[in-house]
Amino acid sequence: MKALLLLPCLLAFFANATVWAAESASPRALVARAAAESERAQTRQLLSAAVGRADETVAPLLDAWRRDTLFLHSRADGGRIAVLLSGEKDDRGAQSALRADDGQPLQDEAGRPMRLVAADLPTAEHDASLRRTMKAILDLAELAAADPGRRTRSVRNLGLAQDVEKLPVLLARETVESAPEVRRALREAIALLRLKDPREEIRITALQELQAVSSLATADVLARVIQEESAAGNRRALEAARKAQQAVEWHRTKVDFAGTLFRGLSLGSILLVAALGLAITFGLMRVINMAHGELIAVGAYTTYLTQAFFGSGMTLPCFGLSLPVPGLQLAGSSREAYFIAALPASFLAAATAGLVLERGIIRFLYRRPLESLLATWGVSLVLQQALRLIFGPNNVQVSSPSYLSGNWLVGDVILGWNRVFVIGFALLIVLGMGLVLTRSSLGLLIRASMQNRTMAACLGVRTERVNALTFALGSGLAGLAGAFLSQIGNVGPSLGQGYIIDSFMVVVVGGVGSLGGTILSAFGIGGIDQVLQQYLPLVAPGLAWVPGIGGFLQNLAQDAAVFGKILVLAGIILFLQWRPAGLFSPRSRTLDE
Amino acid sequence: MTFSTRPAPRLGTMLLLALGAALVVVLPLLHATGLLSSFTLSVWGKYLCYALLALSVDLLWGHTGLLSLGQALFFTLGGYLHGMYLMRMIGELGQYRKPIPDFLVFLGWERLPAFWEPFASFPFAIAMVFLIPGLVAFGFGYLAFRSRVKGVYFSILTQALTYAASIMFFRNNLLLGGNNGFTDFKFILGYRLDDPGTTRALYVASAVALLLAVAFCRWLRSTKFGLVQHAIRDGENRVLFSGYAAVHFKLFVFVVAALMAAVGGALYTPQVGIINPGEMQPEKSLEAVVWVALGGRGTLLGPALGAVSVNALKSWATRAYPDLWLILLGGIFVLAVLFLPGGLVSLPARLRALFSRRPSS
Repeated sequence: MKALLLLPCLLAFFANATVWAAESASPRALVARAAAESERAQTRQLLSAAVGRADETVAPLLDAWRRDTLFLHSRADGGRIAVLLSGEKDDRGAQSALRADDGQPLQDEAGRPMRLVAADLPTAEHDASLRRTMKAILDLAELAAADPGRRTRSVRNLGLAQDVEKLPVLLARETVESAPEVRRALREAIALLRLKDPREEIRITALQELQAVSSLATADVLARVIQEESAAGNRRALEAARKAQQAVEWHRTKVDFAGTLFRGLSLGSILLVAALGLAITFGLMRVINMAHGELIAVGAYTTYLTQAFFGSGMTLPCFGLSLPVPGLQLAGSSREAYFIAALPASFLAAATAGLVLERGIIRFLYRRPLESLLATWGVSLVLQQALRLIFGPNNVQVSSPSYLSGNWLVGDVILGWNRVFVIGFALLIVLGMGLVLTRSSLGLLIRASMQNRTMAACLGVRTERVNALTFALGSGLAGLAGAFLSQIGNVGPSLGQGYIIDSFMVVVVGGVGSLGGTILSAFGIGGIDQVLQQYLPLVAPGLAWVPGIGGFLQNLAQDAAVFGKILVLAGIILFLQWRPAGLFSPRSRTLDE
Repeated sequence: MTFSTRPAPRLGTMLLLALGAALVVVLPLLHATGLLSSFTLSVWGKYLCYALLALSVDLLWGHTGLLSLGQALFFTLGGYLHGMYLMRMIGELGQYRKPIPDFLVFLGWERLPAFWEPFASFPFAIAMVFLIPGLVAFGFGYLAFRSRVKGVYFSILTQALTYAASIMFFRNNLLLGGNNGFTDFKFILGYRLDDPGTTRALYVASAVALLLAVAFCRWLRSTKFGLVQHAIRDGENRVLFSGYAAVHFKLFVFVVAALMAAVGGALYTPQVGIINPGEMQPEKSLEAVVWVALGGRGTLLGPALGAVSVNALKSWATRAYPDLWLILLGGIFVLAVLFLPGGLVSLPARLRALFSRRPSS
């Protein structure tokens, strides 16, 4: 019934009796009647009446019309009716006929559904002018779409097209629209159209409106307006345009900054997830596990295997043999639930690998930390190559389940769901880790053995077993990190290599053995990295003053991703000058702590 | 942790001289008479450069207790700085027939960037080979040792340093060839690089440099400085409390080791014919540590022995079993750390102990 409210503005267009009657009909019926009309002029008027009123239902109708599949059926009383033919053809070539105006089956006098043969029927005619009108109808049909997102998009497009003829339609829409985001888009679009107005006063009002809305999409239009107004010498309009542009730029700065913060937060949580396992094995146990990265990769590949298991299975090129992996052949949401199953699976897989590593190698090296670094690096080489031989040297495809893909738009800031999810999950793991360490009996034993192994052993703690469990716990966390990274980046045999150095940095900066420090340093490093990436190119031109290497620095600063990373590493080295033991270090009077 | 750092001097000297003579005299003679191909000789030259790198790792790790995972950085820096000279010597013989290196033409440069200019001079390039790695080592070492970064933290920081440098060298914007690095060298000091005589000369230079470095290490540990060095390795706090400024000692050793690695790199570039940022990636430094661990840390011959044997094994295995090479290397490493902490050098003594115990039991 929203269409009825369009009346006032459309009245001016049509003063014909046919059209008066048409106002009460549904847009669909209107189009159907237009098609059935034999007078071309009448057809044109009826169709024009549908402009701006049409909804989604007319699109297929107009489509059929244009493609000559909208047929005309002559009734017994001489009247004609537009029909669509659908369904299977029978041996006569007849199909079931549907009325174009309401989509119901066409009935004969006896009330039986009719079947008609396409070849026997004339089609509704159309010419270039009618097709133009049809296009206008379709353009505006989106305005009445049920989904507010689609409405917003169509309003935006109309505004940016700046076609003054669409103004009445938009104004009419504004009177009935209730969704706030569409209303905002409408204000913006109406102001954009009014910029085309010949009267300066109206243009200035429109510019003030744009200043209030300050939408990013209007930046280009505003730049053009500034050029035009300054060429025309309209000083007041020019000033208004400048103000509007400033407002848009300020808004853009804020959006960019919020986006940077979000990316920093997301990078921070990735680092945190990756480093958390190290915070246990390195922070608590003082074992330099260079194979930590490969344990992350084990977790990622376990996710990949789980995905294949829930889906259609696969064949692994395992050491030159073809190893089939059976699949459950699930589909839809139960298939997408694979990620839920992959979380514990990747934890367990990496924890098992860690347990074997600890029992097989690391337990002999607790007194030789540097040697454990070297031995675990050897293990990392072996694991990396083993992954390459089992899964092939190329990256494998882990598809994100639908509940992890897509974006979330807040203001004008785009937040990827998977990133939001990683942030949430990182916090969840940290919370869980904290609870395990401080509230469970295992945590108590872990802390006791790590603080004073000999004393703990004297008090009856089986430190060997605690070591193994702690190491398995840290490794399991690495596997969990792998499951997450599989949703964000590529999964390949050298996946872990990219994270190992960053993870160590996070733990060292945070202060070895301090969970809180790890959290703070992960978010700090992530945030600084993203801020540098965002703003380095801006300061790059300012580096020219450096004598001798100014141009060189400028050049380098353009590579914001790399240069930012180098600056972060340099910053870490300098930071350790100030706090050699990291952000949070236990107070100690011993020299070798 | 104790190592037998002072073997019987007479036997050691003789063995050293014999090996040195074999390396410096016998191999080049075989090459000159045509019994050894130029390819084999330059491969040996490469091993000897790696041995220099291994020796520098050992000077830090075996003798001073500083496990540096960034020695490949200094090695590659030396290689690059010498490579810049070699790139200038290509002259207009490059693909584009321009007076500036090909990659600069490719990046759209018309003229040589200013910092490339002086590298046409060989003495300048060689001075830089010493100066720049030395300065980097001094700056980093000063910061690290001053704040008492030690043990595994030092290892992790040096690894981060070489990692940062490698991602920087991978960029084209650094104007040092990006990920392709330098290659296609033609001349050194006016001699053609593909000439057998040049190959021999470069090999002899590598062998002599290695021998000098070994002799230096041997001399160093016979001095009081060497004693302090070992004392730092075995109990740094006691050294501090005895009134020694451990920072200065460590800084000196760190810079010397960096120079040693840089010389190795400078000799490496012309013999292998290519230098690229892949050489300074963190795993390369770790590989050098493997050589030392396998050969025997804290010994004179161990590092060179480890470097040559692992690289010879690599040359063979990457051709015979390309898929299994990394597993082999990783496996050797784990086994060496677990079962042969003294390295290959300790093998004879262990075997002797084994056999001498047998009859008595």
